[in-house]
Amino acid sequence: MTTETHRDDLASKTGMWLFLFTEMLLFGGLFVVYSVYRYRNAEAFHLAAEELSVFVGTINTIILLISSATIAMSITAIQKHNKKLTLLLLGITVLLGLAFLVNKYFEWGEHIREHIYPGSPILASRGQGDVLFYGLYFFMTGLHALHIIIGLVFICVIGRLIIRDKIVHDNFVLLENSGLYWHLVDLIWIFLFPLFYLIT
Amino acid sequence: MSTQRTIEESSYLEHKGRFKGIFSWIFSTDHKRIALLYLFSILTFFAVGATLGLLMKFELIAPGKTIMDAQTYNAFFTLHGIVMIFAVVIPGLPAVFGNFLLPIMIGAKDVAFPRLNLMSWYLYVIGVSLVLVSQFAGQGPPDTGWTFYAPYSFRTAGNMLPAVLGAFVLGFSSILTGLNFLVTMHRMRAPGMTWLKMPLFPWTLYATGWVQLLATPVVGITLLMVVAERTLHIGFFDPTLGGDPILYQHLFWTYSHPAVYIMILPAMGAISEIITTFSHKTIFGYRFMVASVLAIAFVGYFVWGHHMFTSGMSGTALYTFSILTFLVAIPSAVKVFNWISTMHQGSIDLQTPFYWAMAFIFLFMVGGFSGLILGSLAANVHLHNTHFVVSHFHFIVFGGTGFAFFGAMHYWYPKITGRMYDTRWANIGLVLFFVGFVTLYGPMFLLGMNGMPRRYFDYDEVFHAGNIVSTMGSWVLYSGLAIIIINLFSSLKSGPKAPADPWGGKTLEWTIPSPPPVENFDETPVITKGPYDYN
Repeated sequence: MTTETHRDDLASKTGMWLFLFTEMLLFGGLFVVYSVYRYRNAEAFHLAAEELSVFVGTINTIILLISSATIAMSITAIQKHNKKLTLLLLGITVLLGLAFLVNKYFEWGEHIREHIYPGSPILASRGQGDVLFYGLYFFMTGLHALHIIIGLVFICVIGRLIIRDKIVHDNFVLLENSGLYWHLVDLIWIFLFPLFYLIT
Repeated sequence: MSTQRTIEESSYLEHKGRFKGIFSWIFSTDHKRIALLYLFSILTFFAVGATLGLLMKFELIAPGKTIMDAQTYNAFFTLHGIVMIFAVVIPGLPAVFGNFLLPIMIGAKDVAFPRLNLMSWYLYVIGVSLVLVSQFAGQGPPDTGWTFYAPYSFRTAGNMLPAVLGAFVLGFSSILTGLNFLVTMHRMRAPGMTWLKMPLFPWTLYATGWVQLLATPVVGITLLMVVAERTLHIGFFDPTLGGDPILYQHLFWTYSHPAVYIMILPAMGAISEIITTFSHKTIFGYRFMVASVLAIAFVGYFVWGHHMFTSGMSGTALYTFSILTFLVAIPSAVKVFNWISTMHQGSIDLQTPFYWAMAFIFLFMVGGFSGLILGSLAANVHLHNTHFVVSHFHFIVFGGTGFAFFGAMHYWYPKITGRMYDTRWANIGLVLFFVGFVTLYGPMFLLGMNGMPRRYFDYDEVFHAGNIVSTMGSWVLYSGLAIIIINLFSSLKSGPKAPADPWGGKTLEWTIPSPPPVENFDETPVITKGPYDYN
């Protein structure tokens, strides 16, 4: 049993950054697969991408960008001893994250109603390019949504720690690390959005 | 100075913490206790893997069915591969000796994130359990080999999901260990320990940490894609749905070739420590050793294609991967030359760990040279998927990493346990182990060159003689292993007490009592000299 060593915020942040590298490489593998299949099925990917709603995608992008801003502001707020504002900003971040998921739910629901989902015979009849496009679409946005959920759980835990004064103006590295994670989730969406919605 | 304090100060083995009994181990965040948790789990799974290997060799003693049918044999080499690669050799040296010694060798009290360290071990246990569940649940054990090649991995009736998920979880555990070590080395080196005053074993763990961190996520996502393929029929790698099985191989080897360097780099680090200690001489070309470790880790990222020379790639890709593969040989040879030069004019103390290091260098060189043969395009076409390949990677992974693991165990045993082992039995075990190893894997080179394919339970009559020799080698190897393990375990109680520095080592772990106290150092050491100061 080692006694608690002294706090090292820089170490925690270094660790978080290294972890974010691994997350980027995790999605990096998928980006490689996406580019290979896009190159091979350029036309099918082009047509399939036009079926996605750019409007919903744009709304979701704006939602995530604002939520990144609010969590960044909450870090400044806690440094200024403003506990109430910190919690308010975190609350907004969580609500925006949930709004993103709700949009995603309706978007997916729409596709599934039209029998566009992996393994569906109707999708299979539309050809291999469509199968791959939608396979990648569901897998990548699904994995991204999973990251959103994990991020939301983290932020809720952080909120609880702030209420109990475990995270305060001179000890907020956990909040900062959650912020980093949330920005990464945002960043990955910034790449997914053009890949699936904009490049047509 | 600190040796006198041994009596009054409690070691990490006797320390009374918040928990009692087994919980004082499985809830401990002490890096030394976690290292022993890893040691015992890894030895257990090593025994499982070795027994599977022994049975497979027995099956191959004669053509046709001997003790198992084809499907059982397929399941055996799959489990042998998964357990040995993901649960034994990849975590082996970093998780056991890295955990125990890295903080001590850089003068720290623990790793940067002790609780994360414990979590890595839990993930390790969960991962291995999933792999083992796959053997008993569902439609029968996996039979794809440890590479899970598409499209067979999602067509087979075998119970692939738990095995693939198990490998994924084990990868995650490996990432967290690497991350922990990297931050530890960046933030927690003792005052005065500049990067170039750091011993070589931590240096190899540093390079390994980066490989674990940057390569493992790729196999992680690839395995998740296989899971999605099996459950949702997405079509990533399924040619009937437009997917590309070759792309799977690229993604898989993008990790799994660097993984070979996760295995061998810490082994090289441990061997460097052993050779310099028993030569009582500063390591030759310290800076070149550091540079070659980093070079191997770096170039190792760009050679994965040499696993796929016969899979279908462009001519340009073939030449590029072949040349890059040859390039890896240069830093590897630098290391071998430096080890030999360290011994030159040293005052060599012939102890058991030094013999292990000798065996390592010999076997590593045979493995390395046979790797060059496989790396050349024309020879590869002839040798691909034969027993030559099996022999080559066992020489590297078992003869290299495995021997370095046992060498490290005999080198640091006094520090970890506070006891000395019986040198005579240790040497007898080593000789049997070595002779058994060469007898087991040596004939495989010839069998492979003559065309005996790997992964078949049956073979043509012309290969009979070589296989008999090889199988007999497996018995000698196994008995040597038994002697080594029994000797180490029986010395736990009966061995004489070990002094702080039984071998005359100069790195920091030899300046503290054996076994180390809970906090490692009474006062944080201040480093003024290089790591191997024998002048």
